[in-house]
Amino acid sequence: MSATTYGWLILAFPLAGMTVNALGWKLIGGRTAGWIATAAIFGSFLSALGALADMLDHHEEERIFTDALFTYAETAGFKAELGILVDPLSLFMCLVVSGVSTLIHLYSVAYLESDEGYSRYFAYLNYFVFSMLLLVLAGNLLILIIGWAFVGAASYLLISFWYRRNTATAAGTKAFVINVLGDVGLVIGAFLLFSETGALDWAGVFEGSRDAFTTNDGTLVAACLMILVGAFAKSAQLPLHTWLADAMEGPTPVSALIHAATMVTAGVYLIARTHPLFEQAPAAADVAAIVGTATLLFAASVALVVTDLKRIIAYSTISQIGYMVLGVAVFAYGAGLFHLMTHAFFKALLFMGAGSIIGAMGGIQSIDRMGGFRRAMPFTFVTFTIGALALSGFPLLSGFFSKDEILAFTLNRGGWYVVLAVLAYVAAGVTAFYSFRMVFRVFFGEPVPEARELEGGHIAHHDPANPMTGEPEDTDVGFPGPEHHIAEREWPMKVAMGTLAALAIVGGAVAVPGLTDTLEKFLEPTFHESRHIEEHPSDAAEYMGLAVGALIGITGIFVAYLLYIRRPGRTLALRERFRGVHDFLERKWYWDELIDAAFVRPARAAGNAGRTVVESVLVQGVIVGGATGAVRAATSLARTLQSGYLRAYVLLLFAGAGLLTLYFLIAAS
Amino acid sequence: MDVAWFLVVSALIFCIGAAGVLTRRNPLVVLLCLELMLNAGNLALISFSRMHGSGDGQIFALIVMVIAACEVVVGLGLIVGMYRRRLPVDVDAMSELRG
Amino acid sequence: MFFVAAALALAGAFGVVVLRNPFYSVLSLVVHLIALAILFLLLHAQFIAAAQVVVYAGAVMVLYVFVVAYVGGVEDDRDRDPGVVGQLGPLFALFLAVELVIALLGTGLSALDTGGAEIEAGFGSPAEIGELLLRKMLVPFEAASFLLLVAAVGAVVLARKRRGLPDEGIV
Repeated sequence: MSATTYGWLILAFPLAGMTVNALGWKLIGGRTAGWIATAAIFGSFLSALGALADMLDHHEEERIFTDALFTYAETAGFKAELGILVDPLSLFMCLVVSGVSTLIHLYSVAYLESDEGYSRYFAYLNYFVFSMLLLVLAGNLLILIIGWAFVGAASYLLISFWYRRNTATAAGTKAFVINVLGDVGLVIGAFLLFSETGALDWAGVFEGSRDAFTTNDGTLVAACLMILVGAFAKSAQLPLHTWLADAMEGPTPVSALIHAATMVTAGVYLIARTHPLFEQAPAAADVAAIVGTATLLFAASVALVVTDLKRIIAYSTISQIGYMVLGVAVFAYGAGLFHLMTHAFFKALLFMGAGSIIGAMGGIQSIDRMGGFRRAMPFTFVTFTIGALALSGFPLLSGFFSKDEILAFTLNRGGWYVVLAVLAYVAAGVTAFYSFRMVFRVFFGEPVPEARELEGGHIAHHDPANPMTGEPEDTDVGFPGPEHHIAEREWPMKVAMGTLAALAIVGGAVAVPGLTDTLEKFLEPTFHESRHIEEHPSDAAEYMGLAVGALIGITGIFVAYLLYIRRPGRTLALRERFRGVHDFLERKWYWDELIDAAFVRPARAAGNAGRTVVESVLVQGVIVGGATGAVRAATSLARTLQSGYLRAYVLLLFAGAGLLTLYFLIAAS
Repeated sequence: MDVAWFLVVSALIFCIGAAGVLTRRNPLVVLLCLELMLNAGNLALISFSRMHGSGDGQIFALIVMVIAACEVVVGLGLIVGMYRRRLPVDVDAMSELRG
Repeated sequence: MFFVAAALALAGAFGVVVLRNPFYSVLSLVVHLIALAILFLLLHAQFIAAAQVVVYAGAVMVLYVFVVAYVGGVEDDRDRDPGVVGQLGPLFALFLAVELVIALLGTGLSALDTGGAEIEAGFGSPAEIGELLLRKMLVPFEAASFLLLVAAVGAVVLARKRRGLPDEGIV
């Protein structure tokens, strides 16, 4: 089978899984819906492997395949078709997405078992994976936009999965609105490109842009900036990042899948895919680099102080995607995508571990209430720590190689990029610190009551409540189910977390500088005409970078160790001393308040003004009231004629006749 | 006599009938005045028939008489009905179509 | 002859309008009708004159008399207050009369100044009327008879006692 046939299969499996789960949910009982969904995604992964095999069969120059299923519309100069593009970049993304998704589906099979909306969850999850794969495999701008929108919709559905929770639905709406903003940007960018190049498919657009635009052409920069708006919204970069933290209202596997491994990487994929445009408009690429760096610093600083376990990991995600954006913005595509892959592994792992911990805590998510789970949950402890080590860039783990490669490339570009690189290194230290803040706070120290209960043999139980607001809930459909699951007891969760842990450890092997460059070689057909592909930092520079990165990572871990293990009360004292800074960071640099003041309030005020002034006064009063008033006045004049008196009518009759006669009399004379 | 004199008489009778319709409140009298007006019309028709020398006008007048008879029947039936239902037999009292 | 009949006709007309008692109005109309019949005779419309007396003055007016007797022919003070329309009415009728007379006398129709066209002996006789009715004017004739039928049905319907409706004391 050809690569493109595999490509269609990759899309078909999740679609089928979704349909079966969505339509047959009443007939499917127990965990079957979960197995169906997992099998579907696994089928997708196998198809991706098949496509890979087929692709490797071909010579390097011939590894780009396109195929179209049917043409929607074809008019003069415009051809819209359902087309896919299977090339190394999209296949790489497919493998990562489908692979990690399979593991997350497996994890969810056990994690959400007691939830009333089990089948709905898996239908949504499959729909999400389908949309993501559609986005990644899109062969033209049209399908990309469709996939982009679908992914946004899936995100909304999954964030507000527990739809009776007000905070969840609010978060879902917030995510969706910000996503739509990004959609608008993407569509405008697509319009601009189409208007100048006349093509929708990738090859046509890139060739056309070479002819139509000069370097840093105004329209091209505008189009790229619009595309960046879309990318930033989806990937939660500044200033469109506020939705990701709130998105933690969704079930933990959802956070793992969408908000760590896949959807948020769509922005990075987009920039990588449209790299010829960005190379032609370096101004836009520089904007992306700056935004990426700013985001990674900002998010790392917030992750230092927030106390909800999932939100720490969420801000970590925002920060790491900042790294990826920085990577592709400095044209280090291989490095950026490599970090995408490794990040998918260890971030999903961290989220899964968090899910297990939260299950052990009976639903509580605040690390202030956690501690000493080391003995009670050994498996979770080990895997979580592996994830944290990878995140911190501990030597030889996957995160180590990927993150530092980005930074080496950035340094290599020289000029003001060095500033960005330095800032990124600083943030790396912070990353290591907060990763181990999590580890030490949760697993070390005095065991909390829940941990003791677990050591005693059963999972703690609390009355169901909203983890953020404390509002009491029940466990019927629309809220989480009554049971909590931990990795130590559920084999699907163990298998998933174990696989990811293994990948987090060895995943770096594909791109060890100086030794292997499998990934870069694999991706070369897509990026071969990039001007910067040869701007590789030297091996020496890379090793230097690795050393520096390792040092920074270990320092961060050590500082965390000092503060949390050796002197347990220090952090509280620090918090008191730097109250102002702490609050500023904890309120996420007041971004939510800023957006509220800048957009939400004016919009509300405008709406209210519209309601009171325009609607009530103008429309109701003047237009409606005025119109009816005028009609009433006019008709009341006419009404006086309708006196009801026969004789009056007769008089009018005769008067008319008389006047008529008079007229004819005068006219005739 | 000149035909014109007859026509003048007809016009005068018509106007007297009109005045009567406008002035009187008893519906019976109003109907009578209507008869006056119809008769005036008849006179005019006959005069014109004489003027042209054709009998068509006279036929027309005959038909008008038939119509007048029918109208009287229905009108009187209405008045009788009004009286039987103890409604005021007064043209001005029937003002329900007001407004 | 003409002036006598004309004067009678006008007097009768005035009587209908002016007399208070409806019964007297009816009688006044009868006088008017007979005067009109004389005028018809002067215009060589014998059949019409006869029909006028027999049908109109005979049948229709008799009907009127019956109804006036039934409804109430006594004078009442209802006509005391004629209202705005009542005052405007005669004024207006006057205006109309003046206008029409001017129209008639000032018209250019020359034929009006003559005594009429040449007529044969049988003009206006029943034979002539009958022939016209059944030949040239057949359709109006039939339509008129249809109208009479409708009026008769209408009269029956109007006089019927309506079952089911509360009759507030039918007299």
